[in-house]
Amino acid sequence: MALWSRISNVFRGERLNRDIEEEFEAHVAEAIAQGRDPEEARHALGAAVRRQQESHDARVVGWLDSLRADLVFGWRQLKRNKVTSIAAILSLALAIGACTSAFRLIDALLWRSLPVDHPERLYALSRQGIGFNGQFGSYDSWAYPDFQLMRATVKGQAKLIAISYADRADITFKTDQEMEKANVQHVSGWMFPDFGIQPALGRLFTENDDLKPGAAPYAVLSYDYWSRRFGRDPNVVGQTFHFGDGIYQIIGVSEKKFTGTEPGTIIDIFIPTMMNPRVTRQDSTWFRMLIVVPPGTAVEPLRAKLAAVTHAFEAKRLSGETGLSPETLKNVLNNETLLKPAPTGVSWMQEEYNRALGALGVLVLMVLLIACANVANLMTAQAAARAREMALRVSIGAGRWRLVQMVLVESALLAFLAAASAALFAWWSAPLVVSMINPPDNPARLILPADWRVLGFGIGLTLVVVLLFGLLPALRASSVRPVSILKGGDDPHSRQRLMHGMIALQVAFCFFVLLIAGLFVTTFKRLSNKPTGFSAERILLLETTSRPAQSPIYWDQAADHLRSIPGVERVSQASWPLLKGVGWNDSISVNGGPPSVDLAYFLNVSPGFLETMRIALIGGRDFRDGDLYNNTAIVNETFARRFLNDDNPVGKAFEIASDDGKRQPMQVVGVMRDAYYRDIREPMLPVVFVPFLHKDEKDQMLPEKEETFVVLTAAANPMAMASTLRQEVSRVRPEFHVSNARTQVELDQAQMIRERLLATLAFFFGAVALLLAGVGLYGVLNYSVLQQQREIGIRMALGAQVGDVARRVMTGISVAVGIGAVAGLALGLASVRYIESLLYEVKATDAGVLAIPCLTILLAVVVAAVPPVLRALRIDPVAMLRVE
Amino acid sequence: MPKTDSLQGSLDLLVLKILSRRPRLHGYAIMSAIGEMSDDVLRAEEGSLYPALHRMEESGWIRAEWVTKDTGRRARIYELTAAGKKQLAAEESRWVTVTSAVNRILRTV
Repeated sequence: MALWSRISNVFRGERLNRDIEEEFEAHVAEAIAQGRDPEEARHALGAAVRRQQESHDARVVGWLDSLRADLVFGWRQLKRNKVTSIAAILSLALAIGACTSAFRLIDALLWRSLPVDHPERLYALSRQGIGFNGQFGSYDSWAYPDFQLMRATVKGQAKLIAISYADRADITFKTDQEMEKANVQHVSGWMFPDFGIQPALGRLFTENDDLKPGAAPYAVLSYDYWSRRFGRDPNVVGQTFHFGDGIYQIIGVSEKKFTGTEPGTIIDIFIPTMMNPRVTRQDSTWFRMLIVVPPGTAVEPLRAKLAAVTHAFEAKRLSGETGLSPETLKNVLNNETLLKPAPTGVSWMQEEYNRALGALGVLVLMVLLIACANVANLMTAQAAARAREMALRVSIGAGRWRLVQMVLVESALLAFLAAASAALFAWWSAPLVVSMINPPDNPARLILPADWRVLGFGIGLTLVVVLLFGLLPALRASSVRPVSILKGGDDPHSRQRLMHGMIALQVAFCFFVLLIAGLFVTTFKRLSNKPTGFSAERILLLETTSRPAQSPIYWDQAADHLRSIPGVERVSQASWPLLKGVGWNDSISVNGGPPSVDLAYFLNVSPGFLETMRIALIGGRDFRDGDLYNNTAIVNETFARRFLNDDNPVGKAFEIASDDGKRQPMQVVGVMRDAYYRDIREPMLPVVFVPFLHKDEKDQMLPEKEETFVVLTAAANPMAMASTLRQEVSRVRPEFHVSNARTQVELDQAQMIRERLLATLAFFFGAVALLLAGVGLYGVLNYSVLQQQREIGIRMALGAQVGDVARRVMTGISVAVGIGAVAGLALGLASVRYIESLLYEVKATDAGVLAIPCLTILLAVVVAAVPPVLRALRIDPVAMLRVE
Repeated sequence: MPKTDSLQGSLDLLVLKILSRRPRLHGYAIMSAIGEMSDDVLRAEEGSLYPALHRMEESGWIRAEWVTKDTGRRARIYELTAAGKKQLAAEESRWVTVTSAVNRILRTV
């Protein structure tokens, strides 16, 4: 109580003094009323007034009071240099905010454990090696029968959980006309109990819901989806919906904290794995495997056991696949099985953005260091201006620690003002960055908690920042020797050395940031300027599904109907749009030879697709109505080169060699220019377009479940027609439903989302770094001109030329800039290999890339140097000498 | 608790004792009371009294309150707290011990 009242007294200092004064006044008045001589009463109290300070001291804790005094004094200092203070606070706020924001993203995506029991016991199983496509890679998808074998083998030692990739699927709660999208995921029935997840409503799956294929058409909603879609309606349990070919009943809602095991995607609906039609297939891999390893089980023996089981499974399965080349078979069976810790879950976004976020984190940290160096220089310059004040304080007995405290408090005040603005910036910017990861129709959703972790990081960072920019100036200020100040100035060179050191650091970091930003921007430019081989302009894609599947004739009727709508120039069909990211591949056999190790990639298209997409036909003809899948193909140049020896491929024959040994003869009717099929970053693939019309052995036309209408519109913005065309498709046949309407331009851009994000943010931080470094340079140059004006004046009086003066001002700083640039270059070249996977067709050693930081920094130096140099030149020797 | 010398100790004791008999006095009244009751033998200096009052207030022995007097002037009056009563008892017994010890010495010598 007493301590508390003392602490609170610290903040009531003024009032307390007034209280005491008033009490003394009352005392004197009383004395006079009692007949004492006023003069004498006042005099008697004089001693007390002198001891008022003592009374006050009794009421406050000493150091707290001095802290308050320092805060007030620091605040006045900040207010006195308003412009510089605001600049310092803003630059620190931006840098701290960006760092905190980067921390939030990295923490949420990569570091935060899943909200399950014992996340540290979670492992993920994957394979690494050369896959069926002949490429080296890491694969984490598994076949269910394989999973069942593994699960039985390690029963009692570890729990295996199957979790499919989140599927952005069409689901229907009422009629087919009200189809909507939801993230659906197939999970093992025992996942919820193994994770220790409780129901928020109803019940969750148990092992009993996941015993037999197709036996338990039940669904569990995530809390997030239940809130968004149903407004937390408790009556949702028991409702049914359509998904795929089945009808599912909602049995419960999972706990709020659990949003799935894929950071970056929030699951809406969980379904038992046994409801997936592929659950009995040996040749289809469609889910990830998480393994709970209890404390008693050693990881390596467990991995070896699982590896042995899956190897035996694959060997047995592939022995039946006569269509594989021996080389592929050998490669696939040589794959290594890996068991890696996965306390944070596993997701595509983690893999895709792990390095990108790391790189951004480093960039913003550099910006923070640049900002700190700036503020440190500012504080040093101010400390110089206050050297006399400090000397005075020392001469009247201020302790060294007292001075350090005073300067540090001022720094802390600055930093915490900055941190408050930074918190706002981080609160706003982290979700903004996530929203920039926005593939059409399926934007990333990342849970970004603002909890004690983020708060702790922010506070920790602010304290570090205070020490970074405050400690050195504080120690310097406190080590002031009154004698040297009173003699007319201490050694100014030591202070300049410090400032020049800071400049070198700033330039090094700035060079680094600009170099990396240049690499990212160049990558994005190279990718976006890359010709795709087709024209995406004015193309609207209507990805359409049909339940049940319809004959190709009806699909063609729908296309005909769309053609009749005003504003539509051309319509054709494809199984899926180019650059959607999916593919269908098979081996090729020419002249009855063995199946190729290289795979060819296929797409069903209608006649006119080439024309709609504006892909050039360079030989032969386009498809015609009535062309059948069974004997016509259009191949691209790469295909012709790789499989058909390139010389006039039209009319040549080849076979599609399936894994199971079936051969499908094909004949080339046309050759087209190369166009990107799946991903613009991969090398050009050998591509074969084939017709939709597909007759089976009994000469029956096979029905189609989904097709994409590729619509070329007359208007520049194809999206304007999306809703009309959506309705028109369903009007032709009610079985048809457009599940996605997007533009080809969107798909093209979706290829470069990460690159655009990196380029945008790196460009922004590059600009900030350059600005801060420029301001820092200007500040230091300006300061050194002020410091040297006496000397410059004397030199000019003695006949120094303009060039001499400019050189005198610039020499020190030029050396600092040069050293900084070299250090930054070394730093950049050393670290560029960590971001190589993020770059495209660009190297750090490219002249164009190196020119970016060199030229911009040179420009910044020139711009920053002009005003101080002019100032130096305008020094009037006479006036300067007269002052002395 | 701040270390008190014997003189200050006796001032504290006097103030506490007076406040226990006559609660709600202001500083001047306490000063006058000390004079009156000791037949002007003892006199509390303003310079010691007020710091002592504030210190005792911080220690929680007495509490202060602003009241408006009939004259319209505000006065700060003091009264004993429970802790103050305990302190008074302790100080009183200490005083008795000290004075009786001093008396014993005076008698013996």
